[in-house]
Amino acid sequence: MFCGCRVEFGAAPNSHTCPTCLGLPGALPVMNHEALRLTVLTGLMLGCDIAPLSKFDRKSYFYPDMPKNYQISQYDLPLCANGSVPLHDLAYPKDAQKKIATPEKEVPLVRIHLEEDVAKSFHLENNTAIDFNRAGTPLMEIVSQPEINSPEEAFAFLTALKQILIYGAVSDADMEKGQLRCDCNISVRPAAQQELGAKIEIKNMNSISAVRRALTYEVERQTEALARGEKLEQETRGWDDGAGKTFLMRTKESAHDYRYFAEPDLVPVKTESLLEEVRARLPELPRAKRARFVEQYGVSVYDAAVLAHDLALAAFFEAAAKGARKPKSVANWILNDLQSALAGAGRAIGDCPISPAALDELVNLIESGKISGKQAKEVFSEMFASGKSAAAIVSEKGIEQLNDPTEIETLCEQVIAANPKPVADFRGGNSASLNFLKGQVLKLSKGKANPALVGEILERQLKT
Amino acid sequence: MAETAHIDVAHVAKLARINLTKEETKLFQTQLERVLGYAEKLRALDLSHVESAAHAVPIFNVFREDEPRDGLSAEEALRNAPRQANGLFVVTKVVE
Repeated sequence: MFCGCRVEFGAAPNSHTCPTCLGLPGALPVMNHEALRLTVLTGLMLGCDIAPLSKFDRKSYFYPDMPKNYQISQYDLPLCANGSVPLHDLAYPKDAQKKIATPEKEVPLVRIHLEEDVAKSFHLENNTAIDFNRAGTPLMEIVSQPEINSPEEAFAFLTALKQILIYGAVSDADMEKGQLRCDCNISVRPAAQQELGAKIEIKNMNSISAVRRALTYEVERQTEALARGEKLEQETRGWDDGAGKTFLMRTKESAHDYRYFAEPDLVPVKTESLLEEVRARLPELPRAKRARFVEQYGVSVYDAAVLAHDLALAAFFEAAAKGARKPKSVANWILNDLQSALAGAGRAIGDCPISPAALDELVNLIESGKISGKQAKEVFSEMFASGKSAAAIVSEKGIEQLNDPTEIETLCEQVIAANPKPVADFRGGNSASLNFLKGQVLKLSKGKANPALVGEILERQLKT
Repeated sequence: MAETAHIDVAHVAKLARINLTKEETKLFQTQLERVLGYAEKLRALDLSHVESAAHAVPIFNVFREDEPRDGLSAEEALRNAPRQANGLFVVTKVVE
């Protein structure tokens, strides 16, 4: 944030440090322009008010992860205030999507400020070991209002927030790599009570589902404690994912006195120029993209949500759908066959052996009647395995849909002659028999006959 | 003015992790109250026409571009460490 050290996950300890992030005497901080831009961009994406004038402050505290004994943070003039994170159905855990208490809820934010991250401490048996690589990394703190009402809502909040950060190219927001971290403050209270209960902070969760588990555990623990007549006090607890429990880390000693004061080594920030710089970077947000997919490509609301849930998937869809005769079919192929093939091969969409244009070509072969849907499945597997184009596979394997009405008529005549009973049933009013006869014609054609054409011709022949 | 300025030296010393003897506390109490007294004089001034500033100098937006630079090697970074192990600084155990 205030020095030029590289940020690298998993680097050798203390290999990315300098006098500034080690907090050596005399070292001076300089603000990272891009970190300020990305914070302002995040503020714009979340509908925050951007402070015209912002500044940094020193937050005094004593801990070996911050050897200069203060962290440069923001106190009374944070870059962003207010705003909200909009939740949507797919952001909730899968098993909770059917029973969402307040659909389309917007969780209001308090503020977003920027600070320097601190070093990473390893607590060993007899001492503590410190790695300063992380010290000085820009850390954007997003604080929500206490208006998240369930572990599932917290899950949806983090999922939706993460998505927006990815859309804006602000962060990859991978919790396992520490790019997104989360401290939860949770309290319970009797149904009739107005004021919030004692605030208990939980740390150490390294995935969004761990956040949900920790909160579920805490709700139960706190509720039981209150039911036993215990009084809950403000404290900090850690989450042990293996044990599925939270444990006490520290109680709130005398209220913290951070003795904030303006950082004299940094000049204030006027955000006007930053705003101008990032306006052009403002992306189409998930909600707008979902709506546009429905409007522009005619996909269902649900399909649009699944596609827009993953920015890479959305980009793939759009690249393929642009030239498609029927974008909805493209969406179906992506959401069904392509996604299950990718999952089966353990590959991500960014590493897909079929390009958007190649998928588009396949779908157009079906739409134009050159190959049947059944044949397309075969072509698709071959495309996924070999990376060859649909047209190449079709001509190589001699796959071709039979569209010649005369030939189909002959096939239909044969089937009608061979199946007197279903024919009589159909003529007697049992329309389901038509499907059986149609299946027989397709079988006779070895799957090559155009099913729609077979249906038409068969019906005509049966009715005359 | 000095009599209106108040500072709890014992509390401030505790926050700053400084151990003071009784005599020192008393001495600094008097001295620091006098310092605060000077600052209090500002209150007597009419500042209604002065815009409040976030910094002493009217300069804004001094930035560095987001370009990585080489810093210290791990060896150099650890050179002054009283204790180290496996490339890490080692300190007295702190309770998280």
